[in-house]
Amino acid sequence: MNGFFDLPSDLQHSWLGLVGLHVREGLLPVLAALLVALPVAQLCVRFRWVYPPVLGVTTVLYSIPSLAFFVVLIDYFGQSETTVMIPLAVYSLVVLVPGIVDGVRSVPQETLAAAQAMGFGPVRRYLQVQLPIAVPAIIAGLRVAVVSSLSLVSVGMLIGNQGALGNMLNDATTYDRPALAVNSVLTTAVLGILADGLLVLVRRLLTPWMPRKGATR
Amino acid sequence: MNVLNFAHAFFSDSAQWHGYDGIPTRLAEHVGYSLEALLFAALIGLPIGLVTGHYGRGGNALALIATAGRALPSFGLLVLMFIWIGFGLLPVMIPLVVLAVPPILVTTYEAIRSVDPSPVDAARGMGMAEARVLFQVEVPVALPLILSGLRTAAIQIVSTATIAAYVSLGGLGRYIIDGLYQRNYEKVVGGATLVAALALATLVVFWAVSRITVSPGVRRSG
Repeated sequence: MNGFFDLPSDLQHSWLGLVGLHVREGLLPVLAALLVALPVAQLCVRFRWVYPPVLGVTTVLYSIPSLAFFVVLIDYFGQSETTVMIPLAVYSLVVLVPGIVDGVRSVPQETLAAAQAMGFGPVRRYLQVQLPIAVPAIIAGLRVAVVSSLSLVSVGMLIGNQGALGNMLNDATTYDRPALAVNSVLTTAVLGILADGLLVLVRRLLTPWMPRKGATR
Repeated sequence: MNVLNFAHAFFSDSAQWHGYDGIPTRLAEHVGYSLEALLFAALIGLPIGLVTGHYGRGGNALALIATAGRALPSFGLLVLMFIWIGFGLLPVMIPLVVLAVPPILVTTYEAIRSVDPSPVDAARGMGMAEARVLFQVEVPVALPLILSGLRTAAIQIVSTATIAAYVSLGGLGRYIIDGLYQRNYEKVVGGATLVAALALATLVVFWAVSRITVSPGVRRSG
């Protein structure tokens, strides 16, 4: 019983179970970050003076090493999934906000004026005009955030084995089974590439008016 | 805010400021790893990005490479390389370079692609060779963007070089890893603060470099 997908029992999950756990730990933070980033970006667009300080704070947060971030949070949330997910959400936020701000700002003035002339209120204008035009920028940000987030989950291994697929790395050294580390790295990378491809597909579905060209970013 | 207390306790302890585990030593190690990784990543990313950007081919291939590079987990790669190669600097350098090449490569390509074509055509019309067109026209105009790619890579390297400590090397990550195992949060917060400060110092260095190297004409238009 030493197949590639046979995991030591101390991981308490099958390979597929770990994949599910990894996806949950990696994607939930990005989703949360998106829900926060949309209103924050809107504020930055509406009030120009908000944007530089927001950029400053996010830059500082981004430079905190993930491991240190995890360890500091142990004090508050214990060695739990929450501890792993909060930093991931923060990093995602840092990637998403500037992208969304640029995307919403790129909507031409004439378009907004036209929407206003057609009697669109501010909410409807945001949902039906600004947001759809910003979709490519939002997806570009999401692609970077999702891939980095999935790759950072592994570091959670150091926090009481909360690293989903990353937990295999520990066992790889403990049981001297390098195949486990190969499995961990490859599975995580494949997950990231799949998620990236999925986002490209979503962008194509959401923006049928865009030229069908290859990915630019 | 006990985080602030931890940081204060860490930095006010005079024992932190000398010896093999002192802040100057660890800081120098960390800067050393980071510079080396950035140098290798730039040696790989810049030439490929410049050439593909100049000829405008291979954008899709680059995007694929960049995604693959981003998707490879740095920490997992580190453990795997450590198992395969053993103790040394190489298992740390490989994940750091893999992490840093995508932003350098993609941004350099995009930067060269986004240069206004008319001066480039004019340069060709004056009989400049392709290499001269690239280095005397395209690169100076694209420099701000190229530098921003290098800056992103540098910040990520500085922050991620922390993991070197996990495979028993030095650097500022020592405080974080040791603090984790010793349940000594002062050390962890102190280490994190130092890494964040180094990242911000990196930003300042890049700002200074761009002030010096970007030509005034380009700065006015951009």
